[in-house]
Amino acid sequence: MRINCPCCGERGLDEFVYHGDASVTRPDALAPDAMNDFVKYVYERTNTPGLHRELWFHAAGCHAWLVVTRGIATHAITSVELAREVARKRDLVTEENA
Amino acid sequence: MMASQQYRLPSGGLVDRSRTIWFEFDGQNFTGHPGDTLASALLANGIRLTGRSFKYHRPRGILSAGSEEPNALVELRTGARREANTKSTMVELYDGLEASSQNRWPSLNFDVMAINSLLSPVFVAGFYYKTFMWPAAFWEKLYEPAIRRAAGLGRASDAADPDTYEKANAFCDVLVIGGGPAGLAAALSAAKSGARVILADENFALGGRAIDDNAPINDKAPAEWVAAVEAELAAMKDVRILRRTTVFGTYDGGTYGAVERVSDHLATAPSGQPRQRLWRIVAKHAVLASGATERPIVFGGNDRPGVMLAGAVRTYLNRYGVLPGQKAVVFANNDYAATTVTELDRAGVEVVALVDSRPQPSELISGIASAAETRLISGGVVTDAIGKKHVTGAVIRTRSGEEVKLDCDLIAVSGGWNPNIQLTTHLGGKPVWNDELSTFTPGVLPAGMSVAGSAGGTFGLRSALELGSAAGSTAATAAGFKAAATSVPRAKDEGVSISPLWRVPATRGKAFVDQQNDVTASDIELSEREGFRSVEHLKRYTTLGMATDQGKTANVNALAIMAELTKKSIPETGMTMARPPYTPVALGAFAGHHRGKEFKATRLPPSYAWTKEQGGNVVETGLWLRPSYFPRPSDADWLASVTREVNTVRSAVGICDVSTLGKIDVQGADAGAFLDKVYMNGMKTLAVGKARYGGMLREDGIFMDDGTVARFDENHYFVTTTTANAVKVFQHMQYCHQWLWPELDVHMISATEQWAQYAVAGPKSRDLLRKIVDPEFDISDAGFPYMKVGKITVCGGVKARLYRISFSGERAYEIGVPARYGDSMIRRLMEAGQEFGACAYGSEALGIMRIEKGHVSGPELNGTTTPRDLGLGGMVSTKKDFIGRVLGTRPGLLDPNRPSLTGFRPVDRSERLRSGAHFVARDVEVKPSTDDGHMTSVAYSPTLGHWVGLGLLKRAPERLGEILRAYDPLRGEDTLVEVISPCFVDPEGTKVRG
Repeated sequence: MRINCPCCGERGLDEFVYHGDASVTRPDALAPDAMNDFVKYVYERTNTPGLHRELWFHAAGCHAWLVVTRGIATHAITSVELAREVARKRDLVTEENA
Repeated sequence: MMASQQYRLPSGGLVDRSRTIWFEFDGQNFTGHPGDTLASALLANGIRLTGRSFKYHRPRGILSAGSEEPNALVELRTGARREANTKSTMVELYDGLEASSQNRWPSLNFDVMAINSLLSPVFVAGFYYKTFMWPAAFWEKLYEPAIRRAAGLGRASDAADPDTYEKANAFCDVLVIGGGPAGLAAALSAAKSGARVILADENFALGGRAIDDNAPINDKAPAEWVAAVEAELAAMKDVRILRRTTVFGTYDGGTYGAVERVSDHLATAPSGQPRQRLWRIVAKHAVLASGATERPIVFGGNDRPGVMLAGAVRTYLNRYGVLPGQKAVVFANNDYAATTVTELDRAGVEVVALVDSRPQPSELISGIASAAETRLISGGVVTDAIGKKHVTGAVIRTRSGEEVKLDCDLIAVSGGWNPNIQLTTHLGGKPVWNDELSTFTPGVLPAGMSVAGSAGGTFGLRSALELGSAAGSTAATAAGFKAAATSVPRAKDEGVSISPLWRVPATRGKAFVDQQNDVTASDIELSEREGFRSVEHLKRYTTLGMATDQGKTANVNALAIMAELTKKSIPETGMTMARPPYTPVALGAFAGHHRGKEFKATRLPPSYAWTKEQGGNVVETGLWLRPSYFPRPSDADWLASVTREVNTVRSAVGICDVSTLGKIDVQGADAGAFLDKVYMNGMKTLAVGKARYGGMLREDGIFMDDGTVARFDENHYFVTTTTANAVKVFQHMQYCHQWLWPELDVHMISATEQWAQYAVAGPKSRDLLRKIVDPEFDISDAGFPYMKVGKITVCGGVKARLYRISFSGERAYEIGVPARYGDSMIRRLMEAGQEFGACAYGSEALGIMRIEKGHVSGPELNGTTTPRDLGLGGMVSTKKDFIGRVLGTRPGLLDPNRPSLTGFRPVDRSERLRSGAHFVARDVEVKPSTDDGHMTSVAYSPTLGHWVGLGLLKRAPERLGEILRAYDPLRGEDTLVEVISPCFVDPEGTKVRG
């Protein structure tokens, strides 16, 4: 498998470290029902077939965290984004909703 | 004895007749020519018996001329280089080659285990499970060793592999897999477009079936065209031709694995050259031109030496100029194989019959038979090959059922061809059945792959050239190039008409389907009778297709026989999917240079050279070689050395290289806020110029790592991690910043290798440092108290950082200098320390002192413990959000029954403690339910004069003073221990403050 790092270009799998699901957002730790939210955040995954958004770290490269969208049956990668940028957009939406 | 190559044709073939080379087979010397394979050279010398079979020890010879060979396997080379199960059909002959046959005793001609053949009823599929069921104890002791001795193939060498291997990466626009007519045409048209092309072929000569058959290209000998194309490709700067290179696997993203046999055709690898090279090829587009493999027809005695695939017969005649026999029967179900009659006839071999299973002879077949004056038996079959160690005749059943016996020494057989579609199935692409061709062809292809020639099910030389050329242009276009005009050479397609015949019914002798694993047609019948009908069950029950040839000549026949037995169609029965590798790859090639000491990189701390000069011992800690202790001639043993080192630190001063600790420089306006989220204790509140012990949790509340956090400026922190977790923590902090809190203004960089850092510990440490630290810096206890940090200069202006922190419990400092000063620094410190009786100490003394102080380390931070378990619960902040805050308060983690940290000492102070021992109350039976925890770290404490231990004990705080058993059944020890506080030395901490 090869990942097209936005900083470094297309690189082989062995340069990257897999982390996990990028579709979950860390809940507010100080909220009253934080325990419930954190159990879901840390442990509960849907494991649905099709496209999966997941976090990868370019350990042997630029040290960027990436959000990779990958078909889990085909390993076909449809997008690679900088996690920082995805996170900023995510936080913007959260703030607007708040 | 000089063998005479009596089966070599007087002329023809692509071997270099100007040179004669010697080789040895089973101790006997023979000659051959460069360009031969071991198989062709053996045949040239009339050697047709090459080995004994896996289970029945039946005589076996050469079936094929390629990598599909199931029988002619040899042990190649001797000693440490001996390689078992090497296909003699793929071994390129070199001068001095030594090979021996396998699985025979005492000799190939007389093999006592051939009696297995008579015992064959007990060796049928599943015989292990049925025959040797009882008593169970006999299995390991008696049955298995006996069976292993009797059944088997070659012996691997016991010695370490003396050869070297390497790995390489390559990138190209178009990868062409296979250098036959289709592959050559594809490579040429792709290369002409300007694409970067890699052409790989498993053989040592390009040409594929073009040089195996004798059909003209551009009205000339096919080898001339092959040579011209190879020369044209070789002259192009963006083309790389990899001969002797098997592309063995298709991987995601256009990645292909290939192994190049760089030196296997030489007696030994030349200096500086690897034996093999593992390629990872990344291709924008790949053209699979891997050709096809001929399949045998299953009939009685079809494994006897002298039964050979028809295509292989033509290869030996045309490519090697070798006669595989003198009197032949050709047995086939298709038109292409009939050309074998013509080729044999031209070479002067008498073809006594063409047995064609199809009842109606076509004009083509009749023409071929009459031109060679060969008897044509249409609608007939060969039922049995007769003979002992080689074929002496064939029993033929004619269309009317009459049996005819014909003398012959060669039976050329062809049941049709299977496209080599393995590389199309590695990523899950399912092959499709083609009724007209009676074979599987590629289904959905991996992204970026196309197939050309017979690999795609289009047989025929002309088609291969045309389709190959088109595929090369299309691939180059797909890779972004403009296709160049190419002319396709003139050639003719051979006949491809076929009518399926998988096995001949009612044969006398054993009829083999998988020759390498000795699986017969009756084994498949048995499997069907016993209900193992799915292909996956059939495979596992009979071991069909599971030998080193992966059933290349067996699988489709087996499937067809099972389909016939279950009265289903072949596609209903199953399909043949392959996994990488296409052919076996030496493990050494996968390892490359990563073996022995080079298995992983080695990191050397700044004091390494000095340590070695001192005769210091080092220990592997992750990738690091850390000083462990510094023996002196006066020390009786290692314990004496470390005891001396501990005593020196506690009474005077010691110096230890702690540079291996992970170091991360964290800066930015939000650095404090960021560290507050990463550490369980507060860091924003840390005063400038101070350090603090910090603990990091995982989000599930488990302790992840610890270290110190120093604050040099409002916006500048410097944190350390444990040696083992340095990489993991840095990655985690990047994750926290980039993914969880991207809004924080913070930046960080790993500085582990930028700073050399030494611990200077002991009551005389300040006195020593006073001689190193430049005089303008105040390091008095008032000016530089416990936990202060500062930027200083040393040795007359070298910038340095000083940290007053202690792991040993003594007054102690850590001093950091840029790594380039690391070597000088240890020398200066030791020199300055001489008058104070300083010594260097290593990780052993460090470990003892931390246990004496009750500090936790790796054995306690074991991925299951919480801060509370480790007695650090008080550090956990309740005022802020941080990683692990919420889940760390789950009721299960707060259960007082969870084992928590405490100290232990033996009741009898002369006894030693063992880490790993389990705690059990004195008055209960030892069983899992009475296990109260375990000892994590132990040390002989020079300070106290007896062993001490740290351990995790249930309800520890309420059990101080209790006497327990430390039970260690592994070492057979059972020691009474007393539960005490984990801090054994200076619990008030007065010494660190000076």
